[in-house]
Amino acid sequence: MSGTFNTVIQLIYLAAASCFVLGLHLMNNPATARRGNQASVVGMAAAIVATGALIIHEGVIDATGWIVIAAGVLVGGGLGLYTARTVKMTAMPQLVSIFNAVGGGAAALVAIRDFMTLGGSVAAATSVPTVLDVIIGSVTFSGSIIAAGKLQGVITSAPVTIPGARIINLLLATAAVGVGGYVIASPGMVGLGFVIAAALLFGVSMVMPIGGADMPVVISLLNAFTGTAVAMAGFVIDNTALIIAGALVGASGGILTKLMADAMNRSIGNIMLGGFGSGDSPVALEVAASAGVTAIAADDAAIQLAYASKVIIVPGYGLAAAQAQHEVAALADLLESRGVDVSYAIHPVAGRMPGHMNVLLAEANVPYPLLKEMDEVNPEFARTDVALVIGANDVTNPAARRPGTAISGMPILDVDAAKSVIVIKRSMGHGYAGIDNELYTNPKTSMFFADAKKGLAELTASVKTLVG
Amino acid sequence: MLLTDFVIFVLSLWVGFEVISKVPATLHTPLMSAANSIHGIVLAGAVVIAATAHNAIGYALAFVAVAFAAMNVVGGYVVTGRMLKMFKRRVAPAAASSAVEASPNGNAPARAGDPS
Repeated sequence: MSGTFNTVIQLIYLAAASCFVLGLHLMNNPATARRGNQASVVGMAAAIVATGALIIHEGVIDATGWIVIAAGVLVGGGLGLYTARTVKMTAMPQLVSIFNAVGGGAAALVAIRDFMTLGGSVAAATSVPTVLDVIIGSVTFSGSIIAAGKLQGVITSAPVTIPGARIINLLLATAAVGVGGYVIASPGMVGLGFVIAAALLFGVSMVMPIGGADMPVVISLLNAFTGTAVAMAGFVIDNTALIIAGALVGASGGILTKLMADAMNRSIGNIMLGGFGSGDSPVALEVAASAGVTAIAADDAAIQLAYASKVIIVPGYGLAAAQAQHEVAALADLLESRGVDVSYAIHPVAGRMPGHMNVLLAEANVPYPLLKEMDEVNPEFARTDVALVIGANDVTNPAARRPGTAISGMPILDVDAAKSVIVIKRSMGHGYAGIDNELYTNPKTSMFFADAKKGLAELTASVKTLVG
Repeated sequence: MLLTDFVIFVLSLWVGFEVISKVPATLHTPLMSAANSIHGIVLAGAVVIAATAHNAIGYALAFVAVAFAAMNVVGGYVVTGRMLKMFKRRVAPAAASSAVEASPNGNAPARAGDPS
């Protein structure tokens, strides 16, 4: 590479990296976030164009190479554009997972291809990041595809455990890392092939035993993996843009993983070992049947809501699963038009990925200032007339405050502090943790047994006819 | 060269931690999606390996890598933009309440004009 040209390319990469940082910085406020995304796009375009200029300058690319690039961009870009335009907001976690998979896969391929061209003469400075990239990229690729399959319902979302699964996981991980070490010591394609195979299998066996409700953690973790794999690819081909961008994503995924695990009061290791929530607790079921539960009809619930002065809506995954975000927004709008103060309490793990519920409600035209985070909203429950819980279970269970239950220590929404509570739920079924929700037997609580979507439509209709 | 790269890597991690810990939970999904688009930068790496490919297997690997990365980068940015467009601040409450009467599904048209 000649001096001046290379300097210009490096400066463009630096500008691109600055755009990425600026873009992420602007995401700290919904009002500026769109500009942030645009800044990021500009940086990306600059980095890609600069790379194009770089390969022209080096003059090694042949005509077929250009055709390959053009075809790849058309096929991949077209597919990306189509899925991004058509995906439903409830399916966002799957899409993010797929993007993790292809990003990690591409990063691994870059390292594999580079390794092949170098043949046997690889310095440790290249072979170490190569092996790391191949391992992390391959695990991300297969793991993210399994995660997407589980989220989409193609693969069962229940934890799938086979006997000795942990030992198999451990063996696969050891094999990938061990053979990886051997490849670093004496480079060879056979060894690298073995590393790829072990890492791909490990990705599958790592995600299979993890249940649906732990997906926010898994997706975040795989996001961090992808970033790290891309950064390693940057080491391999000595490209600073890849290193910086990969590190930024790695940090982002790492933070979100930690936040999600904290919100479930579980360690990342505990989640990755899997199997949580698969055990049933038949003893607790009987208690539920005998305990005093107050059922309520739509009309009575509607009157309570219509004459309240402050209502907090607590949406959970059940609301998203029933696709009832538009119905809840309609009810909230109606109540607000009657002068009721309505806001939403969003638990960090409501949904299947971090912040998922906020996107679903934003899609239903709920203004974002009404979406309150847990720490912000908890003190407000005491001043609330009605807390309307829709499809949320474990995150409202007061049992979390006591030691000795499956969810002890998990941060919850203090719904039981409200003057009265209405829960829309299809049955007395358990949440993910498989334990009774003590909120339901609280004398303040009325249960409105209905599907979230139908129940909310009924409530809206009742409010209109009774007091409209 | 490796050491410089490593310094850049570690410092970038710290910048990432600093910047991202300030993002509110409301925006965590768009944030993850934005981060997703950013790792689409691997497209630059895919282009580089396409440039050095001179045999069938090289072309095949480069094609898959470019297609994967292009899907990541295009899809990531488009879907992030789509999501962020939906985050709206409320306009005048009076306008919103009158709109509710006119629009039974609650998609108050008064909000559609919000430029943010």
